[in-house]
Order: sequence, then structure tokens, then C-alpha cells
Amino acid sequence: MKRRLFSVFICALVPLFLISCGTSESSEKDDNTLYVYNWGEYIDPEVLSMFTEETGIDIVYDEYETNEIMYPKIEAGAVNYDLVCPSDYMISKMIENDLLQEIDMEKIENRANIGEDYWKNSEEFDPGNKYSVPYVWGTVGILYNKTMVKEKVDSWGILWDEKYKDEILMQDSVRDAFMVAEKYLGYSVNSTDEDELQAAKELLQQQKHLVQAYVVDQVRDKMIGNEAALGVIYSGEAIYTQRENPDLEYVIPKEGTNVWIDSWVIPKNAKHKENAEKFIDFLCRPDISYMNFDYITYSTPNIPARELIEDEDIRNSPIAFPVLSDYSLEAYTCLGEKADRHLNALWREVKSY
Amino acid sequence: MNNRNNRFLAAPYLIWSAGFIIIPLVMVLYYAFTDFNGSFTVSNVTAIISYVNIKALMLSIAFSLAATFMCLIIAYPLCLILTTVIKNSSSFLSLIFILPMWMNSLLRTYAWQNILERKGVINGILAFLNLPLFYIINKPPAILLGMIYDFLPFMVLPVYNSVSRIDKDLLNAARDLGADPFETFLRVIWPLSLPGVISGITMVFVPSLTTFVISDILGGGKILLIGNVIEQLFTQDSDWNAGAGLSAILMVFIVISMFITAKYDREDIK
Amino acid sequence: MKTALGRIYLTLVLIFLYAPIATLMILSFNSSKSRAHWGGFTLDWYLGLFSNEEIMDAFRTTIFLAFLSALIATVLGTAACTGMQFMKRRDRSIIMGITNIPMLNADIVTGVSLMLLFLAARVSMGFTTVLFSHITFNIPYVILSVMPRYRELNRSTYEAALDLGAEPLYAFFTVVLPDLMGAILSGFLMSFTMSLDDFIITHFTQGPGFDTLSTKIYSEVKKGINPEIYALSTIMFLVVLLLLFFVNYKPWVKKPAGKIIVTTKTQVVVTSGKGGS
Repeated sequence: MKRRLFSVFICALVPLFLISCGTSESSEKDDNTLYVYNWGEYIDPEVLSMFTEETGIDIVYDEYETNEIMYPKIEAGAVNYDLVCPSDYMISKMIENDLLQEIDMEKIENRANIGEDYWKNSEEFDPGNKYSVPYVWGTVGILYNKTMVKEKVDSWGILWDEKYKDEILMQDSVRDAFMVAEKYLGYSVNSTDEDELQAAKELLQQQKHLVQAYVVDQVRDKMIGNEAALGVIYSGEAIYTQRENPDLEYVIPKEGTNVWIDSWVIPKNAKHKENAEKFIDFLCRPDISYMNFDYITYSTPNIPARELIEDEDIRNSPIAFPVLSDYSLEAYTCLGEKADRHLNALWREVKSY
Repeated sequence: MNNRNNRFLAAPYLIWSAGFIIIPLVMVLYYAFTDFNGSFTVSNVTAIISYVNIKALMLSIAFSLAATFMCLIIAYPLCLILTTVIKNSSSFLSLIFILPMWMNSLLRTYAWQNILERKGVINGILAFLNLPLFYIINKPPAILLGMIYDFLPFMVLPVYNSVSRIDKDLLNAARDLGADPFETFLRVIWPLSLPGVISGITMVFVPSLTTFVISDILGGGKILLIGNVIEQLFTQDSDWNAGAGLSAILMVFIVISMFITAKYDREDIK
Repeated sequence: MKTALGRIYLTLVLIFLYAPIATLMILSFNSSKSRAHWGGFTLDWYLGLFSNEEIMDAFRTTIFLAFLSALIATVLGTAACTGMQFMKRRDRSIIMGITNIPMLNADIVTGVSLMLLFLAARVSMGFTTVLFSHITFNIPYVILSVMPRYRELNRSTYEAALDLGAEPLYAFFTVVLPDLMGAILSGFLMSFTMSLDDFIITHFTQGPGFDTLSTKIYSEVKKGINPEIYALSTIMFLVVLLLLFFVNYKPWVKKPAGKIIVTTKTQVVVTSGKGGS
């Protein structure tokens, strides 16, 4: 009996041993690479190949859909990315949990191209601008179809209007969904007050029977395809969707909304820090920044790049480049792991309502 | 002869299954019954009775019962027809059911979005014929349809196998003894096909109970099944203990279905 | 009359099975990138496909992974079946019980359990972890395909070979293996197909820079699928259709061949709950 137990034990160990050998080999082979983890459709692919051509550094490029999907992968540490592009509140969470390393700003020679305002805004989540370099920014608002919605859209309240049953697309990410309800109720988007959260949750539950679907990036295609009348969407999609379907219009509701910045950061366990810094510097070049803007149509914080935009309407567009002081805008801050999980649980309560 | 030593040929597989089947399942149980600090707790497992989780589980059970039932209703006549109408039906059957697997199953499920959407294929045809449109996308019927579509082969193949093995002489004998077709079915065909039906049921029930992809793609994020909860606990909350706790609950259902299968397997051998 | 009704029913089921596939094929020729409307006929997606490195990478990974995992699973599984012939009945049924676990277990539980294993072993997720996971769920298909054939095998030929002075190994390769070949091949093909179609287990065990077609499609579902993926799938589908057609209806062979398909039947029956979703 004992012998049998022992052999089972040995059996169990061998595969573990095998896999650990197998992978340690493969991960140390290629050194001149860069592991980038970015939002879906968030860079001009041309930019990646240009970078490889200019520097000889190969890029391994991965995409994620929400901050919440990205975070655990970085936290688990099983994945060694060199460069990630999280949003503001996620960056402060990563700094707090010691997942990031400081960027050597001296090496980012093009950093002066990023507007003063954006560096200042970044201080909210990255005091001293040590860990992050702004990449794109924007607001969250309502995209609506002028042929289906005849009235004036200026409030989040329209998303609770019975008239638009099955015509509404909501964001399927916790923070954005709660932001809509919190702003409509006049609360802070960073509220952790239990009563306020419960009120927001109940409001979202009331809305649920009106919602056609909870989606992330699909809002774009569905709105273009006239599948819905109203959708909650990031400002960056507004220009692209209007280009594809002229009936669409983007508004920032009067109750205010979230203003966000997505910035490049280097995780603590990154293996190619210098390559990462080279890439950030490359992205801060006006021509590259302009290429990205043209491709993804999200607002760029790069001042000289904005000057390169030929279409005057877009260069001065209140959608792509709103005057920040005209609206009541609020950035997300990190709520802490406990509050995050609580919010996730509340969100599941909405979804299962 | 040294025949007995040949049994060590199975050793590599034994090692493999201990390391990659048994140990991982033990790890699920370990995480299920410990908290973040590694001390014992049952709260991860008892979390199933929270409103969200129990509702998700009940919904999943309801969906998978419905999907299993519908698969059986569709598959059984199909198998009877195949055995009587089509010549060389076994290769025909494997051809039509295996072939779709070569197109990615996610893609095939996603295609139903195109078919069912408001501006989709079906509504396009209906609108062209001036018929009333129908909206089931992002609603429970769409999920049910997705499950039936994805798992129908797992019902058809075992049922077909047992139906096609029924001796034609038995059916003739029943008829000669004066049984009408309905009686023949009830007394001869159905009992003899039961092992196939049972294994078909377990094969459809488990994957539809635990899917998170179909509800994701066809449910518009509005319906939370137990698979969705577990997937979110792992990938978004990275709360492995809570995720493992609910997975352990699912394992109970799986063990039950294994017992049922094992029981009928044995009777089959007899 | 009955036959006619039967054929109608059969046709309806066929439409149900193939409607999504037809939809995807049509979309692969749609010049509008949005699947919402038909923008005219085009072959652009087929041309663009071969220069789309991301998709081609995912495709190569998928095929390589499916081939390698099926191959290793076939070797391990066949060896295990051979070994089990020399075991006591009770030991054999214990092993068969373990073999049933990955087949009957829910994909999500299998995926999660392997993920926990890899995390605990501090292995960085990537090709290796996915490969090991695929081998794990592939071996049962091989075993359940080869085992029944062993039962039918006539043992006396092997013993006769030994009596005539053949080395056991030589006897195995010349007498036993040829008889098993069909079952082994169908086990391999089944594994290959299963690995190709798996999403859930890959989803939980994949790492950075690693995508199979399934995981690529899953992330694209959320933002709108690149039509080049439809083109690739259409090509794969048609290639397999042609292959199966030739295997089944070899016009130059008199006897109905289709060994693969016939054996596929018996072994597909034990296929159990392994679907992509």
C-alpha cells in the first residue's frame, strides 16, 4: 500500500517538473522583443511594423476588452508584459498594489509633445508623473440615431425612457455602467457610499428591461447597422461611427460624465524595460501620434499631432477635443480591491435581475 | 513469459492522468474550501445560496433541461428516419455531423447573431415577404437555440448508435404478433434505445449546464448563467477561491451524470 | 408518403445545421466590413487573409497545436491501451474510470482546474500549458477509440507469431498494430478535431502573445469580426469537405472504402460532452 501511494506521488511530480523545464527554456530565448498589452483596435498596425523596422525590436502584441480583464493577468504575474495601456483609475490601483515600475522620463525625449494639461490631469492618479505617459483620452457619452430619436438628447435620463424599450445599448463594464446611474442620480462616479451604490444598482435594475444588450465595443457596429437607437459609447468612437453612418450623433449629457486618460505603464515584472521606453518615445512622436489618431479616432493628448490634422472640423471638433471646463467631468479613481469586488457583485446583481 | 511487464506501457498515461486530471481536480477542491489566507472555510461553497448565484444555477438547470429535452425531441425522429430512409446512413450521418465541427464553433454560434438580429437574415426574409418580424436575439429563446444547435450532435450520435443496432427481425416479429406501429415503438424500439438516450442526455446536459459562451454571444449579456458567474470570478475578480467554490458545486452534477453513465454502461455489457 | 415526410424532416434539420455555415460563407464575400449590410461581392478578404500575420499566426498555431497534441495523445493513449491488456480487470476499470473524467467533466471545470495547477506550479502560461491541456483532453478519445478494437482482436495470431519465434516487439508491430491502425487513426483524427474546436480550456490556460483561432474569434466577437476570418474558415471547411468526399466515395475503389468514417462512427458515439462551447 505504502509503495503504491509513493508511486502516485512520484507520478504527480513528474509532469510538474516537465512543464516547469519546458517553459523556462522558451521564455528566455528571444531577447530583442517587446510584449505589449493594449486595448482592442487601439493602435494603427502600421505603427507596429514601422517600429520594428526602425529599431529591429519585435513586438508581441495582445489585446484586452476591459481594464478588469487586463488587471488579473498582470497581477497573476504568469504573464510578463513590458507595456500596458490601462485607464486612470486602474493605474492608481496598479501603483497602489506595487505592480508598476517607474519610467525613466529622461529617455522619453518626445514627452514634451504631450500637453501640459494632460500631465496635470495625470497627477490625480499618478502623483509626480512617475509611472505613466498619456496615450489617448476622452469622455463617455450617448450616441444616438437621429432618425429614431426625434427629441433633444441632453440627459442620461433618456436611457430610462420606456419609449426606447429594446433600443438601448449599455456598456458591459462595471465602472462605466455604474457611472451612468451615479451621474444621473447626482452622485460622484467614485462613490463608495453603500446607500448610493444600492440606489445606483436599483436604478440599473429598473433600466434592465429597456436594454437591448450589454456590450462593449459592439456598440459601434450595432449603431452603424441601425440595430439600436441609443448607445453608451466612448467619445473616440463618435468620429468613426459618424463617418460610417451620418445619422449618428454624440452628446455629453448635462449631468456630466467621466473623463478618462489611458496611459502607457511598465509592469514590475517586465523583462524589456528599455525597449518599452523606446516604444513609448516612438509613440510620442507627432507623426506617429497623428497616424494613431487617424486610425483609432480617439483624442490624442499630443499637441503637435493635433496640428497635423488636416480636416478643420475634426481639429476643432467639440467631440474629439471638448473644452474641458464646459462640462462637469470627473475621472475615475481606484476604489480598492474590496470595493471593486463589491461593485462587481452588485453588477452581477443587475445582470441577473 | 514477461507478459506482465507489458503493463508498464500504461505508466506514462497513468503519470499523465495523475498530474493533469486528478491533481487539478484536487486543487479545485482545495481552493474551494480555503480562503485567501489558505485557512479552511465553507463560505465559497455556501455562496451558492446567495440570490445571484442560486438564480444563475436555477436558470442554467432550466436552460439545460429544456435544451436536453429539445435535443431529444429533434434527434429521436431523425435517427428513426435515418435508419429507415437513408442507405448507408452511418457514413452519411457522421459526414453531416462531423463536418460542421471544422468550422469553429464560436463562429457558428456567432453566425446565429446574424441570422436572428433585427436587421438579420430571417427578419430580412420576413420583411421582404411582408410578414411580421420576430425578435428573439438577446432573449432566452436565442440562448436555448444556441444550446440546441451546439449540442445536438451529442444527442444524435449515441441515439443513432443504439437505434441502428436494433435487430430488424424483432420489429417484424412484433408486427407479426399484431402490434401496431405505436405499440412496437413503445414496447420494442424505445426500451432498446434507452442506453443511447441516457448517454445522449448526460452528454447534452453537462455542457449546456456549464456553458458561458452561448449566453455571452447570444444573450446580449442580459442573462447570467452559472458558467458566466464562474468565468467572471476567475477572469475579472481574480477571486480563485470563490470561483473554485462554485466549480465544486458543478462537479457534484458531473459526478451524478458519471454515475448514471457508468450504470448504463454496465447494463450495456450485460 | 412516410419516406417523403422523413426527407422533409431531414432537410429541415440539415438547414438548421448548415444555415450558420452558409451565412458565414456568404459574409466572406461581403465587401462591407460591417456584417450589418451587404456591400457587394468581393474576394478581397481571401486575398488579404494571407498577408494578415495575426490571423495566419493564429491559424498556424491552431493547426500545429492540434497536430502535436493529437500525435502525443495517440502515442500515449495507444501505449496505455496496450499496457491495460496485461492488467487485472479491476485495475483496468479504475483507469477507464479516470479516462472518463475529462470527457464527462464540464470544460469550464477542466479549464479552471488546469489553470489552478499551472498557477500553483508558477509556470508562465503559453503554448506549453495549452499543449499539455489539449493532450489531457485528447487522450481519452484515443483510448476510447482503441480499447474496443483491442477487445475484438484475435489474440491467438499474436501468440502464434510468438510461438513461431518472433520477438514480442516484432510480433506487435507486424501482427497487432496493423489491425489497430484504423482505430488509432480515427482516435488521432478525433483528437485533432477536438483540439481544433476547443475554446474554453484554451481560454483558461493561454498566455501572452498566444492565440488560437478560437480565442482570437472570441475576442473579436466583442468588437466585430474581421471578415478575413470568415474567409479562412470557409477555406478550411471546403478543404475538409473535399477530403471527406474523396475518402468516402473513392471512385477508383470498388468496395465501399470509407474506413475512416466507418470507424469514426463507433468512436464518435463515445464522443461525449466535448464541444467548443
